[in-house]
Amino acid sequence: MLKIENLHVRVEGKDILKGINLEINAGEVHAIMGPNGSGKSTLSYILAGREGYEITQGSISFHGKDLLEMSVEERAWAGVFLAFQYPVEVPGVSNIYMLKAALNGIRKHKGEPELDAMDFIASVKGKMKDLDMDEKFLYRAVNEGFSGGEKKRNEILQMSVLEPTLCVLDETDSGLDIDALKIVSDGINRLRDPARAFVLVTHYQRLLDYIKPDFVHVLANGKIVKSGGAELALELEDQGYSWLEDKKAS
Amino acid sequence: MSASNENIKDMIGQQYKDGFVTDVESDSFAPGLNEDVIRALSAIKKEPEFLLEWRLEAYRHWLTMEHPEWAFVEFPKIDFQEISYYSAPKSMADGPQSLDEVDPKLIDTYNKLGIPLEEQMRLAGVAVDAVFDSVSVATTFKEKLYEAGVIFCSFSEAVKEHPELIKQYLGTVVSQYDNFYAALNAAVFSDGSFVYIPKGVRCPMELSTYFRINAANTGQFERTLIVAEEGSHVSYLEGCTAPMRDENQLHAAVVELVILKDAEIKYSTVQNWYPGDENGLGGIYNFVTKRAECRGDNAKVSWTQVETGSAITWKYPSVILRGDHSVGEFYSVALTNNYQQADTGTKMIHLGKNTSSTIISKGISAGHGQNTYRGLVKIGRKAENARNFTQCDSLLMGDQCGAHTFPYIETKQPSATIEHEASTSKISEDQLFYCMQRGISAEDAVSMIVNGFCKEVFKELPMEFAVEAQALLGISLEGSVG
Ligand SMILES: Nc1ncnc2c1ncn2[C@@H]1O[C@H](COP(=O)(O)OP(=O)(O)OP(=O)(O)O)[C@@H](O)[C@H]1O
Ligand SMILES: [Mg+2]
Repeated sequence: MLKIENLHVRVEGKDILKGINLEINAGEVHAIMGPNGSGKSTLSYILAGREGYEITQGSISFHGKDLLEMSVEERAWAGVFLAFQYPVEVPGVSNIYMLKAALNGIRKHKGEPELDAMDFIASVKGKMKDLDMDEKFLYRAVNEGFSGGEKKRNEILQMSVLEPTLCVLDETDSGLDIDALKIVSDGINRLRDPARAFVLVTHYQRLLDYIKPDFVHVLANGKIVKSGGAELALELEDQGYSWLEDKKAS
Repeated sequence: MSASNENIKDMIGQQYKDGFVTDVESDSFAPGLNEDVIRALSAIKKEPEFLLEWRLEAYRHWLTMEHPEWAFVEFPKIDFQEISYYSAPKSMADGPQSLDEVDPKLIDTYNKLGIPLEEQMRLAGVAVDAVFDSVSVATTFKEKLYEAGVIFCSFSEAVKEHPELIKQYLGTVVSQYDNFYAALNAAVFSDGSFVYIPKGVRCPMELSTYFRINAANTGQFERTLIVAEEGSHVSYLEGCTAPMRDENQLHAAVVELVILKDAEIKYSTVQNWYPGDENGLGGIYNFVTKRAECRGDNAKVSWTQVETGSAITWKYPSVILRGDHSVGEFYSVALTNNYQQADTGTKMIHLGKNTSSTIISKGISAGHGQNTYRGLVKIGRKAENARNFTQCDSLLMGDQCGAHTFPYIETKQPSATIEHEASTSKISEDQLFYCMQRGISAEDAVSMIVNGFCKEVFKELPMEFAVEAQALLGISLEGSVG
């Protein structure tokens, strides 16, 4: 589904990603871990198509197409979804309005008819229930005044409504309390599907206790310095990153 | 309107021998302003003596006035001798008696503007008094209104048919000496609309006037007067638009509303005069005096305006709350893009007891636009328990534009309650990226955010207008996002 080859990215004259190689197939869950500032969010933004990054080398293909040639919306329409590390507030626009605009944007692109308003609300409400979100959030402005955890939950709500095929979750677990972590993880697990892949950026094993990854990658200093199975995360939890970074330095 | 070219020439006299432009489209006065021009104008319109005198008083006073400089807008000095003070589409010379007689080209123009007259006649139940340059070309639905006792006609017609009403109310809210542009308007106004709602009548339909400046170099000076007698009700819609020209054109209108006991006027404006091009060339100078007076107890007036056009917008629809328990409302969206400037707001003058006013102002600035809210809330000595709520929000797009807020409060009444809220926000790259990541295009995202920002004002507009206003905002912001 996704193939990243020798990706080099520069921001403000500084090299952040220095040769990333990563292949992700439908149905897989990949966890990306690594120290602060190592480039995890940068990689997520690159996948989503955010401006301001200079791609100096490498390529990304998505379903066989050149992802880097696609605009931000085109990627969204093609099934790329990014749950933001810091979800953005959109004052004056209600959550339900934005969800509807987004879903209809995607459906329109697929040549599907707009959803009937009543069906849409019913289906969103069902999903909110699964995520233990109060319905009043539908009518509040997008993320405005939401607590940190509420924002993260709202990202997962959007994801479950939009049903993307590549879900990139940037530290969705950060800021969630213990109960919320379980609820959100259940929400993510419900979306697991042979046709859908997940990239989970996280610092903590506890998320991976709920969502078992097929692969764990360690991103350090702009490179994937180690990849392994679910057990790699446990090792990291135990030993930190220094042994990997030392290895890279030597 | 029976003035032919020859008549006009005769009236203006020797001085204007070659004095006016006649081309395929319109007959106009040559540029210039003096008492003879005013006399000629008044004569073409066959006005009664009192009105000519009133115009001349205004003109003589205007000559003594200084051009006001206090607004937060910048423009080169206007040469009032370079403006032509009368322009009429030629085919109007004989005056159409019904819509069928109107030049199809004019009708076509209105259709291009999205105002299908015939359509409106048949479907929407909106009576339209369309003003093409200076002459009213078509008034529809007159009969139905006539049955209700409502008078809705061009100002010129009202002067002819109802001179006593004009004499009684003209200039009683905005006097002919009120301010520089109001005095100029009083001297040279060419046409406009007149509405009279008799006692206890609820106007059976929304009344609508579309103004359109067509001829180049023509200042348009309309005058609107609406009188709502005791216990009556009317909703009035005003839409404005003008074609593209490189020169700036002046539009200085006056609107007077008289609201008597228990009566209500709802006055909605969607103003989309040509704003100039993306470099600030051309566009309308929209300098307008709008004022309402709640003369009786429980009178209510509501101004709703969506101002997306004009190179410069300079206006403060105001309310004098004279009657006890009278209510004034002002809902405004003002958008400035490219090099547009707007200095707009309202004045709420509380004189009666238990009077209340609400001000909701939404300013949107994009490009190099400058947007100023200027509002006065004045509570008089006798206005016990007067209340005002003001909310003033600014939305900025990009970092080349500006938003400014000047709220003035003067109160002589300790029992008054005055609340003021203000906010400034920005549409950021992050917001756009976030929306686009969810599959919403940049343009849709901007209009979604802007419409969200304006929704408290849009909900005050009649349905068809709200839809038009939303579309307009979208068009006006085109190109403002990369
Ligand atoms: N616009 C920018 N200008 C300058 N430096 C930037 C910019 N964006 C990212 N960086 C730098 O790139 C590096 C990688 O940042 P990134 O946000 O990708 O890290 P991360 O791995 O997500 O860290 P964390 O675990 O703290 O979220 C950091 O050193 C950061 O300061
Ligand atoms: Mg990060």
